[in-house]
Amino acid sequence: MRVDLVLDNWQMFAHGVWLTLQLTFLSILIGFLIALPSGIIRARRKPFWSPAINVYVYVFRGTPLLVQTFLIYYGLSQFAFIRESWAWTILRDPWWCALIAFSLNSGAYATEIIRGAVETTPKGELEAAAALGMTPRQTDCLVLIPSALRRALPQYGNEVVFMLHGSVVASVITLQDILGAGRTLNAKYYLAYEGFLTAAVLYMAITFSLVAVFRALERRYLKHLRPTRTPALP
Amino acid sequence: MKHMFGTSLAALLLAAGTQAMAMDICVEGAYPPFSETADDGSIVGFDIDIANALCAEIGVDCTMVKTDWDGIIPALLEKKCDAIVASMSITPERMEVIDFTAKYYQTPAMFVAPEGADLVDSAEGMAGKRIGVQRGSIHQGFVEAAYPESEIVLYGTQDEANLDLMSGRVDAVMADSVALDLGFLKTDSGAGFAFFGETHADPQYHGDGAGIGVRKEDTDLRDQLSAAIDAIRETGQYDEIAGKYFDFNVYGE
Repeated sequence: MRVDLVLDNWQMFAHGVWLTLQLTFLSILIGFLIALPSGIIRARRKPFWSPAINVYVYVFRGTPLLVQTFLIYYGLSQFAFIRESWAWTILRDPWWCALIAFSLNSGAYATEIIRGAVETTPKGELEAAAALGMTPRQTDCLVLIPSALRRALPQYGNEVVFMLHGSVVASVITLQDILGAGRTLNAKYYLAYEGFLTAAVLYMAITFSLVAVFRALERRYLKHLRPTRTPALP
Repeated sequence: MKHMFGTSLAALLLAAGTQAMAMDICVEGAYPPFSETADDGSIVGFDIDIANALCAEIGVDCTMVKTDWDGIIPALLEKKCDAIVASMSITPERMEVIDFTAKYYQTPAMFVAPEGADLVDSAEGMAGKRIGVQRGSIHQGFVEAAYPESEIVLYGTQDEANLDLMSGRVDAVMADSVALDLGFLKTDSGAGFAFFGETHADPQYHGDGAGIGVRKEDTDLRDQLSAAIDAIRETGQYDEIAGKYFDFNVYGE
């Protein structure tokens, strides 16, 4: 073990952690903004929009993230009309290409999570809202969406961890994320074990932090669904 | 005489130590014209011809083992082969892990950019420009040190760097001049691109040329191979092989 070489290159790993966190959180956020309306539209089977979203979800869940990223990064750059258009100012940058690919990918998975949560909303909650004289809009904003998001939490926690692990794809399009730093250490000193072990430990640390955050959120927002001890009868 | 007996005994012992009285040599097979895979699956190129000539010189039967660049040093250390003949530059970092013979060739590094790009090969001239290099190559170390104001972009293979040069994501790529010339500029994709600036061969970054990698404990083998390189240069065998591939002095100064 050459721990000294890892320590000598700590800045490279620190930059890697920062880039990985940026890409993961931004793509989860954008993915959520895509998924919230998409999931609700899918659950309600709105004409035109629902099938269109279905195609999007199928394409992005049906192909590997690596292929999607390659298509956006190397694929689009092949066409002269794209290189000459305004879109090239964004697509020229590997960071934006990764963010676009990751966000669309995460959005597709999250759409299905939210669709499932909306579809399984207990009827009683909606009936209660109607009984209180809520308008459909009030029902959506005050009852349906908060309730669905709470119940989507455990699955969403998984999606965030998958996205973190999927973000390693960034290292193949020249971005120096955590894995990129590990690969550079490996390529420079031929220390496969040290470079990749450091990367593994960093990913694990981030994963455990994320799991802890989601567990805390679940404790807070799913309290009413947790099994409770029934008081003994007198 | 005594010395010669000693070395040939070492060769015999070495040959006996490996399988079937032979030596396995790790080659890359993906770095034309030094090492490439022919249509029938055999590996050909300058590296392979040199390896065969050296094996004949020290009287050992050699088998070429195709190994990916990423895993070529681990393969040597894990005894999947006994020597690396893969255009590997002799650098201090690699010397920490393995040992090298004397160089068997040395070619300088150079920039390639679109024709008429009007770039100047200096730290100021390349300031703010994006330079593509292969991750973990000697060129990464060199551009990081010599062009501190530039943005260095790392690629897994030289082909990917060339792709991004073609799409305009990087302003220039730096790599071995021979590999760039024969592997990119002289191909169809290389149309519209050209060398610019100077040839670079800084021993601190570019090392002392390409050598043959051996395990640190195999000092006898290392010395034998170094002596064999001298021998084939003296007999003219080296020039004969080099003449098949290059029209300039590939050995360097």
